[in-house]
Amino acid sequence: MITVENLTKRYAAKTAIEGVSFQVERGEVLGFLGPNGAGKTTTMRIVTGYMPATEGTVKVDGFDVFDQPLEVRRRIGYLPENPPLYTEMSVSGYLRFVAKIKGVANANLDGEVARVMDKVNITDVKDRIIAKLSKGYKQRVGIAQALLNDPPVLVLDEPTIGLDPKQIQEVRELIKELAGKHTMVLSTHILPEVEQTCNRVIIIDKGKIVAVDTPQNLRAQVQGADRISLEVEGPASEIVAKLRSVPGVAAVKTLQQNDGRTRFQVESQLKQDVRRELARTVIQNGWGLLELRASTMSLEDIFIKLTTAETETAASTEEMDGGDRPPLQG
Amino acid sequence: MRNILAIVERELRTYFISPVAYVVLTIFVFLSGLFFQTILSQVMQYAMMQAMQGAQMGRGGMAIDMPGIISRQFLQTMSVILLFMIPMITMALFSEEKRRGTIELLLTAPITDFQVIIGKFLGAVAFFVILLVTTWIPMAVLYIYGHPASGPIFSAYLGLFLYGLALLALGLFISTLTENQIVSAVISFGAIMVLWLVDVVAQRAEAGTKDVLTYLSILSHLDDFMKGVLSTSHIIFYLSLMGFALFLTYRSIDSLRWRG
Repeated sequence: MITVENLTKRYAAKTAIEGVSFQVERGEVLGFLGPNGAGKTTTMRIVTGYMPATEGTVKVDGFDVFDQPLEVRRRIGYLPENPPLYTEMSVSGYLRFVAKIKGVANANLDGEVARVMDKVNITDVKDRIIAKLSKGYKQRVGIAQALLNDPPVLVLDEPTIGLDPKQIQEVRELIKELAGKHTMVLSTHILPEVEQTCNRVIIIDKGKIVAVDTPQNLRAQVQGADRISLEVEGPASEIVAKLRSVPGVAAVKTLQQNDGRTRFQVESQLKQDVRRELARTVIQNGWGLLELRASTMSLEDIFIKLTTAETETAASTEEMDGGDRPPLQG
Repeated sequence: MRNILAIVERELRTYFISPVAYVVLTIFVFLSGLFFQTILSQVMQYAMMQAMQGAQMGRGGMAIDMPGIISRQFLQTMSVILLFMIPMITMALFSEEKRRGTIELLLTAPITDFQVIIGKFLGAVAFFVILLVTTWIPMAVLYIYGHPASGPIFSAYLGLFLYGLALLALGLFISTLTENQIVSAVISFGAIMVLWLVDVVAQRAEAGTKDVLTYLSILSHLDDFMKGVLSTSHIIFYLSLMGFALFLTYRSIDSLRWRG
């Protein structure tokens, strides 16, 4: 449905994206993941025909975005990072305007506006002025706008940014609901979002694609092992040596030390549960086992690992207990 | 065509949702009334003096085309006031879209840049026409109490309309250059002032330069219209200025896309 080849965008001073290529199949939900300034928005803007690329081509449903921009734009519903709302208008007035410029026939105008309002659940505020709505509602009006004229492709740039947790949940539900009918590209820097909503993930950093895969495969690929967090009272170096000798253990890292207590991180080889052995080793040596906890690596860890490959070891002290950390923000 | 109309309609609506339309209309109507009254009393005084002089010299009063003089002076004054109003009309056209990010909606909708520009331009022109129509409030007085010749009045309005088209297009272009409406208004105002005052500079310039500068002066082309003379060269001047400004707008939007 979408074919992006070797896309490059250079500005006078810097290169925003370089050699980005990917494909999105019909009906697929593709997640675009990357830190701020990685080139997500630039890529989306090129795909939607907002800006031309310096090099490379984008084809949507067989139409080239540069040569036949209107054909491409007819097929894409786009929610930019800041929802493009005329805030002085009423919700229904705004949607009618967008429907008109998208070429919805006069006869269908009311029906189409009613349909999208119903879809994103904003019918109850249809006569309100957009400026007076909460951020969550505004975001939904933005999504409603993208849905007008029922485009086969939806491009959503950071659809949950700036929303409160409940609103985020609502928007994600909405995305999942839309996923069946539309081919979707959505960008985010919040990782759970990708895990929850996408079939495939592209991780982009400094304008280049660093990884493309399903969330599950990505996890398996980078991880290769389970992680166990361990806190033990006893002589650190001796403990490390003993733990390393436990069968199935791939690596042991000392994270933190105080008052004779040491926090370790143990990586086991793939699909080996070494927790029993670890506990036994500690106890048998007469050290105090204060904590033992398994933590699978979250996409966030993978993300950090992929985007900060070199500095990883130095920076990661204390950052290793995975899963339950708040999403990367800012 | 329908999408152009949708943009025109939204532009007009926006004027009347924000206070801008009401402020501009109120000030304009107030000033036009004030100037009309002043001009009326001056012309009447002059006519009275003429009549008295005529009586003293033993001749009959000279015939003066009072409604003609009044309407010409009044519409000339209006052309100057409109100079000040036009930046208010055009300042937000693209700058607000850029500031709010709605430009991204317009430029990714299945419409051409040209349609967007024409839609916005016609929206501004529609509001300008409303301003022109309000000058019929004082002008009606002339028709009620006299019989002005309609020819020069018609040509004067045509001139003002064309002059409006040119300046609105210029303002539209300038609004694409910034995200700030105030900056947009001030630059438009400056540009319009230059086109106005170039006349003054022309007076003292040498022969060759003088012709060029006089030709560029935005108001000098109105004189013939005010006298009731329709000349193609003036019509072409305004239309080509409008066309040039719209072309610049188009280029500016295109470069906006490239720069992102």
